[in-house]
Amino acid sequence: MILHTVNRAPGSHAALQQCIQALSGPAALLLIEDGVYGATPAFTRLFHRLDGTVHCYVLAADLQARGIDALVDGRFQVIDDAAFVQLSLDCDKMVAWY
Amino acid sequence: MSTPDKQLLVVVGAGPHNATRARDALDLVLTSAAFEIGVGILFRDDAVYQLLPQQQADAIDAKSLAANLQALPLYDVEQLYAPRSALEARGLDPDNLLLPVQLLDDNATAALLHSYGQILSF
Repeated sequence: MILHTVNRAPGSHAALQQCIQALSGPAALLLIEDGVYGATPAFTRLFHRLDGTVHCYVLAADLQARGIDALVDGRFQVIDDAAFVQLSLDCDKMVAWY
Repeated sequence: MSTPDKQLLVVVGAGPHNATRARDALDLVLTSAAFEIGVGILFRDDAVYQLLPQQQADAIDAKSLAANLQALPLYDVEQLYAPRSALEARGLDPDNLLLPVQLLDDNATAALLHSYGQILSF
């Protein structure tokens, strides 16, 4: 399983779209840093093509830092840093979409 | 040369003058190749601009990556890929690049990521 991370906001960067276009399960997609804006309802349309083999996560601290922890789309599981580490161990390789 | 699942894929997204990321990626590729580690490169996003010929980096007192790129075939690094969409979005002609790259549609890019044993992103 591949862990894909995105740390750019989808409103100003194409990283999230490029990631989703090149993503096929089984995979985990984790939004971190400014990437967490992608978990807000405004961008749910970007995730429509993803099926059940792709699990979406978003990092709690980055949400709280940006005051959007109440806006997270239901598709995303909010995880803490420890769970991020565990996720990176569970996956056999990682792609960072800078 | 080992099978892809034992090889390293370097995914680079930085443009030619986003110096550290682009240069670090190429340095890693050349080092891996020197140690007989099978390595491939996926030029995504602005990294496809690295492949434009006639870059005159000295115009801005910068060093060109062209020399490093052109060293790749000498190190037997021939697995060069780029998403077709990255070139098209930037109006680049695949036949007019520093090096031949294999153009991938979205599904092929996804398959490529799954096929390599390890991936490092820049």
